[in-house]
Amino acid sequence: MKIKIIPLLFIILGFFTAYSSCGKEKYTITAAGSTAFQPFAEKLADQYMQLNQDTGVTIQGGGSAVGIQSALSGAADIGMADLVTLPPEAGSLSATVVARDGIAIIVNLKNKVGNLTLEQIQGIYSGVIKNWKTVGGNDHSITVVSREAGSGTRSSFEAIVKNISLTKEAIIQDSNGTVRETVINDANAVGYLSHGLVNDKIKQVSVNGVPCMTDEIIKGRYILVRPIFLLTKGAPKGKVKNLIDYILSSQGQETIKSSGLIPAK
Amino acid sequence: MAIALSAITMLVLIVLFIIKEGLPFIFKIGITDFLLSTDWEPAAGKYGIFPMIAGSLWVTLGAILVGVPLGLAGAVFLSEFIPQWAMKTIKPTIELLAGIPSVVYGFIGVMVLAPLIREYLGGPGLSIMAASIILGIMILPTVMSISIDSIKAVPNSYREGAFALGATHWQTIHMVVIPAARSGIIAGIILGLGRAIGETMAVIMVAGNAVKLPNSPLDSVRTLTANIALEMGYATGMHRQALFATGVVLLIIIMLLNYIAMTAIRDRGKKK
Repeated sequence: MKIKIIPLLFIILGFFTAYSSCGKEKYTITAAGSTAFQPFAEKLADQYMQLNQDTGVTIQGGGSAVGIQSALSGAADIGMADLVTLPPEAGSLSATVVARDGIAIIVNLKNKVGNLTLEQIQGIYSGVIKNWKTVGGNDHSITVVSREAGSGTRSSFEAIVKNISLTKEAIIQDSNGTVRETVINDANAVGYLSHGLVNDKIKQVSVNGVPCMTDEIIKGRYILVRPIFLLTKGAPKGKVKNLIDYILSSQGQETIKSSGLIPAK
Repeated sequence: MAIALSAITMLVLIVLFIIKEGLPFIFKIGITDFLLSTDWEPAAGKYGIFPMIAGSLWVTLGAILVGVPLGLAGAVFLSEFIPQWAMKTIKPTIELLAGIPSVVYGFIGVMVLAPLIREYLGGPGLSIMAASIILGIMILPTVMSISIDSIKAVPNSYREGAFALGATHWQTIHMVVIPAARSGIIAGIILGLGRAIGETMAVIMVAGNAVKLPNSPLDSVRTLTANIALEMGYATGMHRQALFATGVVLLIIIMLLNYIAMTAIRDRGKKK
């Protein structure tokens, strides 16, 4: 007897929640993907929802590949991806660039290296340059910190720097945040992460003499930059178009700029 | 009855699913290439999980070196040397260790342990050693509480007999009590081992996850579980199947361990 009552209760409970959520007739847009863009998307969604009380926006993470997959399958209305070049399977999707993001090269505060050339970065990540002395630092071996295979930040980084075959010594961290933690704690570490997530506990180095700063990225002088795409199945329409238009509006772009990302235009 | 059966059905379904997704891949790549190649570059179509198998074994071995002596010594002390009432308060406290979420252990490892290792011993800090110490503490409650139970289960007449033959307390413990409780202690160790090899979150945080064969305990490694969890979110096609195949290998290792543990426990039953 007991066995039968409990599932029944769950079913009844399920119906109640289903009905109550239908009652408000609130349209919900789901966006999923890039973890680098996720915090900014949440901010933009909050602002959008305040202006449009009848629409809910749900932001989910999962990574750029998840963004592409869920836009393709229809699991999300909008897929978010932060890759330099979109993979072929995303070809059928309509892509809108809503922002750009610099990839900052970061080192520990104690590190005296202030600039690296693209060749040096390539050498460090390929395991050819193993000591900070070679690039003008102290005589310490370099701890290379990278991201897991498939990360949008990693594939963009490797696509721009070119010819990296990642050294087997590299420590792999699974998010921008943990890369930052590792570099904060290790005096000999080098890592890369989204420009918007750099804080004062780490030092970012210039690349080819150009610091990773919003102005330099807008001028096109800083080269480690990737676009952030919003992907939709077919051209965006209705509420989804409305949301993307809001993000592209001067107000949305201002939010993007003030949170540390680079506006699309 | 129905609920018990549904749990078993779940288990069978999960195992079947993993095998169905993973086995075809293993046959396609070839068992030796998959298990013994040291190159893991999914983007280049190289799927060798030997570094991860080695990583899992190293880290688990390290966890045993840390956790077992501590756990066994603690169990002997708690069950033989202190009064009953004191043990009744201390034992539950140790068992509470098992309730701390693994992400908390990992966090402590990253913030405290890894910097200490880097500073005093060198290397990147995120290493086999850091993972071993964290996992050693995590398996401590399992090893300890099962050891206590099996030491307690040794009949008092054994101890009295040893004392009567003129043995000291220490001699009684290491020549009579521990041998008599041996199969239970081994079962505890193997259950702890199962936990160590299956642990994911804490290991991802402290092991560094580099795909290479380690040369020293200060090197960073990637375990089988970390490999699945790290790349799961992005993997598609062959890469995804490779992760399921990694799961098959892990499943086989854990099943073997559980089988050994169960045999050890059953043997203890026979002796009585």
